[in-house]
Amino acid sequence: MPYLGDIFGNPSSLHDWGDGAREAIKSAREQVAELIGANADEIIFTGSGTESNNFAIKGLALAQQNKGKHVAVSAIEHFSVLHPAKTLEKWGFEVSEIPVDKYGVVNPDDVRRSLRKDTVLVSIMHANGEVGTIEPIREIAAIARERNIPFHTDAVATAGTTPVNVAELGVDALSLAGNQFYGPKGVGALWIRKGIRIMPLLDGGIQEEGRRAGTENVPAIVGLGKAAELAKTHMAGRIKRLTPLRDRLLQELPKRIEHVVVTGHPQNRLPGHVSFCVEFIEGESLLMLLNSRGIAVSSGSACTSRALKASHVLIAMGLSHEIAQGSVLFTLGIDSTSEDIDYVLETMPPIVDRLRQMSPLYAKFSKTMKGGKQHASL
Amino acid sequence: MPVYSEKVMDHFMNPRNVGEIENPDGVGEVGNPVCGDMMTFYIKVKGNRLEDVKFKTFGCGAAIAVSSMVSEMAKGKTLEEAMKITPRSVADELEGLPKQKFHCSNLGAQALNKAIQDYLSKKKEGGKK
Repeated sequence: MPYLGDIFGNPSSLHDWGDGAREAIKSAREQVAELIGANADEIIFTGSGTESNNFAIKGLALAQQNKGKHVAVSAIEHFSVLHPAKTLEKWGFEVSEIPVDKYGVVNPDDVRRSLRKDTVLVSIMHANGEVGTIEPIREIAAIARERNIPFHTDAVATAGTTPVNVAELGVDALSLAGNQFYGPKGVGALWIRKGIRIMPLLDGGIQEEGRRAGTENVPAIVGLGKAAELAKTHMAGRIKRLTPLRDRLLQELPKRIEHVVVTGHPQNRLPGHVSFCVEFIEGESLLMLLNSRGIAVSSGSACTSRALKASHVLIAMGLSHEIAQGSVLFTLGIDSTSEDIDYVLETMPPIVDRLRQMSPLYAKFSKTMKGGKQHASL
Repeated sequence: MPVYSEKVMDHFMNPRNVGEIENPDGVGEVGNPVCGDMMTFYIKVKGNRLEDVKFKTFGCGAAIAVSSMVSEMAKGKTLEEAMKITPRSVADELEGLPKQKFHCSNLGAQALNKAIQDYLSKKKEGGKK
């Protein structure tokens, strides 16, 4: 990595030693722009997807607060959108949370209904990383555009894994992060359509056209650019390979394990994304036992979250706390193979069985079944 | 992985005394699925001593390890001794629990206590008859 060695100059410096770093950032900007069909000068590098979302929510709302103080977001946004929206409330804005259906899909009509004369920003994620559902962004963005309201989408889950084109989507601002497509951690970008006003979060120097002050993280930005280029080159092939693996796991696991609920949309979901709720058991213990067998998953159960609350996404989709506790998420990557899917399908049922044998909820359920109340409880 | 001690991992991976007791002398149930953890303890009492202790637990790694540890600590103790088991002593025996897990998952002592209370109140009612 020459940007930690020979090419150590500050990209803002005027002397020759800064040139290499400046050039490197320039090409990274082009690579990232290319990934989402944007102009390079509309890309702002940030420190993470979280920063991009914070910047978009606070920066776009604040830049237009003379026009109104109402913002609309979906109920299943990432916390890096929901929490800045809460902060806006403290600053005198009103925030509407748009509901989702049982698959986690935002209905464009609900967005239309949430808009007011004083709405200055709408933000709906492109896809949800927890349940994999891809949202009808083009339709939703068109509704905002009809009324001239800036529309932001959090594309952290999609950029680099599924086709994202800002012109086709018709959005005004879009967040992305490198760690979702094998780029370095701790770097992201916010794309803003030319002509849309945004208030900087960081004031200081004139880096990123004065919209994000602070010396650039050159190695991370270069890594993000390279990852974007590779993601674009390999995307079609990866999608073609991962989608059947995903579908096999989605279809087979509920056949091998009773009382498993697929979360998110069955078809319209991220290519390598498989998520379930396994009833009568808790996600962290399932995660730990899978981990002990070499399978890495995540969970939205209360026990796995630092806040000890069940996933707001699953609850917004209408799942009970009891079922949300059994949430488990598999993300397939470039190394995942058909043999890996076989291994999961073999390994997981006995683990679930073992935890169910321990579960008082399962014991109660089984007794009810024996009592002949099958239909009532199902 | 959550930062669990070796002892917690051992009790999670190989929990002791999992199951139910048929015709138990006392049953104690605590927790609810909203907070994430639920435990049911079953006891068999013989001559004021806990002859057998079994449990069923829905919850995280810590909750399962806590249940297992409590069952092990309680077995063979007199009722008075068993009632002295506290969340603190359980956590100590487990060589510590992560701070944020201490309250939510550490319900074993409470569930055991409830089972003992259940036994004592049944005995009292039996005595009246």
